[in-house]
Amino acid sequence: MQYLLDNFFAFTITGLTIGAVYALVALGYTLVYGVLRLINFAHSEVFMFGTFAALWIVMFLGGKGGASVGQVIFWVAMMFVAAMAMSGLIAVLLERVAYRPLRKRNAPPLIALISAIGASFVLAELMGLRSRVASWVGLDDNLRDYVRNSRNNAGMPTIIAPQPIFTIGGYHVTNVDILVIIGAIAIMVVLDQFVKRSRLGRGIRAVAMDPESAALMGVNRDRVIQVTFLVGGVMAGAAAVFYMLKIGITRYDAGFILGVKAFTAAVLGGIGNLRGALLGGFVLGLAENYGSAVVGTQWKDVVAFVLLVLILLFRPTGLLGESLGKARA
Amino acid sequence: MSTAPAQTLATSTKPNFKERVNGLPKGVKIALWVAFAVFLFLLPLLNIPFVTTEGSDFGGVLFTVATYVLVALGLNIVVGYAGLLDLGYVGFYAVGAYTVGVLSAEHASLPWLLAVPAAIVIAMISGVILGAPTLRVRGDYLAIVTLGFGEIVRLTLVNTQWLGGAQGISDIPKPPGLELFKVPSIDWSSGAPVIDLDTTSTFLKFGITDFVPYYWLALIVIGLVLLFDVLVKNSRVGRAWEATREDEDVAELMGVPTFRFKLLAFALGAAIGGLSGALFATKSGFINPQSFELILSILFIAAVVVGGAGNRWGITVGAIVVSYFPERFREFADFRVLVFGLALMLLAIFRPQGILPPRRTLRAKKADERQAILEEGEASA
Repeated sequence: MQYLLDNFFAFTITGLTIGAVYALVALGYTLVYGVLRLINFAHSEVFMFGTFAALWIVMFLGGKGGASVGQVIFWVAMMFVAAMAMSGLIAVLLERVAYRPLRKRNAPPLIALISAIGASFVLAELMGLRSRVASWVGLDDNLRDYVRNSRNNAGMPTIIAPQPIFTIGGYHVTNVDILVIIGAIAIMVVLDQFVKRSRLGRGIRAVAMDPESAALMGVNRDRVIQVTFLVGGVMAGAAAVFYMLKIGITRYDAGFILGVKAFTAAVLGGIGNLRGALLGGFVLGLAENYGSAVVGTQWKDVVAFVLLVLILLFRPTGLLGESLGKARA
Repeated sequence: MSTAPAQTLATSTKPNFKERVNGLPKGVKIALWVAFAVFLFLLPLLNIPFVTTEGSDFGGVLFTVATYVLVALGLNIVVGYAGLLDLGYVGFYAVGAYTVGVLSAEHASLPWLLAVPAAIVIAMISGVILGAPTLRVRGDYLAIVTLGFGEIVRLTLVNTQWLGGAQGISDIPKPPGLELFKVPSIDWSSGAPVIDLDTTSTFLKFGITDFVPYYWLALIVIGLVLLFDVLVKNSRVGRAWEATREDEDVAELMGVPTFRFKLLAFALGAAIGGLSGALFATKSGFINPQSFELILSILFIAAVVVGGAGNRWGITVGAIVVSYFPERFREFADFRVLVFGLALMLLAIFRPQGILPPRRTLRAKKADERQAILEEGEASA
């Protein structure tokens, strides 16, 4: 306990940075759950592909430490473009291949979970076997740096050297921490406004509330669902960039545990609720860090899940309730 | 349903496979069942070409398949009968395995015959402990809470030295054997079946190299659990589960104490999960937390849903698909998981009710179609 109090700010800041990543990934779960009422089990793989896109673009552009500010900004901007494009693409493909055929056939909801599990395996394995995939298309010579050791960790050069900006309670808050936390909140404000004000956002909310009435009012359901997947994928791409900036290491199965955590965050905040996802992500990140400071790092995940169970017992719809799909709850 | 137009009720008069089997005289039916059981018992010794796994010991593979079938039977009670999505079933499996480990090797030396019932009871209690608070939350949340439970169990095993920590527990004793007689196996290497008297399995000698007796043990257990399953499903309890699954509010209004029945389903499912965990621990002789990864829960759920949740034969097929095919196609080593994932997706698209859906689902689907015809007219049918 004393350990936690002594390093309170250190745990708070790191908790918030990882919480920001959880929150952004949680948005994807929450959006899809809102419109389709299903757990998009393969969303973690969407995130994982984003981390690789971010990594590859930095490798491609020859990113390294100690570059000028302008160059670093360019690299980070390209990371966002690449990761968001990749994750968005994968998410849309996923909807097309794994979910749309099931919807057309009126499959029972549980089977969508199986399809999602299958898609998740396929995506993770494609990444884990990327050296093989490259050799099938005869590109293994050109792509050697990108595909080698496909089963192992792939690390990214630290393009932003962590520099302390200011010190709070003995913890040096670095530029990376600030970028991640502020950036995540900014992206989420934009998303919130998008869902609230834009035409497509209205469509998403309408389908979430009542798909049949929405269809009668002229909302194209398939299109809205596709946009929802795209938006969720783009958010996962942003999360992937922050993750690579902060952690810097990824692997073909890096998405799995993070996905489970992000889904936990979504449920924690109230699934289907965008602001809930933000709150849930931060609460989960903080609770995990504080908890591991008190009872030891090895219990970190246990703390997260125990918290989830406790919150669901006392507030069964999550912290903020389910707003996107309230009418059908 | 009786008001449906006559022409839609007209079904083909040709008897299907099931009707034909049911139409056989009772004696023949019993004989068929006995023959099937004998075939299952002899399967590891027949070494049928193509079916037998090349790379890994076939007896061991069959044992694994049998534990999956057992797990699927337990999970079917929770998912198929009561309609509760449990993504943390591996937790109960681990509880069963570790109970046997702790009681017979790590901290006590109970005989196997006492440790296994203890494992069942403790897994059941853990099911009640998990279910009592969480079964009140809505279905989708139950999925994530149980997922969390599975992880909590695994992490607790990793981090608790009293339970062996990351090394786990070794030297778990074998069940008592009998060593009555030896069963020869069949050798196909010459192209035709030849009885091979050198490679034998002793009837009920639980050794460390020959896994066939463990498979026999698992088969017997499966038989008992199946019997139990049939009895429970056709009882008042089974009907209460069905009512709860279809519409909880209506069931409650009709006087079904839904919460208690859900808890019962959870406890029974947990008990069977614990039993299969106990068998797993017995066969492998050592257990560590790595044997109880989250992915196993996902595979268990896949077995139940792929086979057809709610149909005990369907989920048996599902369990075989999920556990046997990855072993059989080991030569694809690297691509196993990829192919498995593709297969799951294709199955979901082309067989959304599962390989063998329960009769009730088929009936409901037909009724829906009739309803659609009534509502929209013959033209759109």
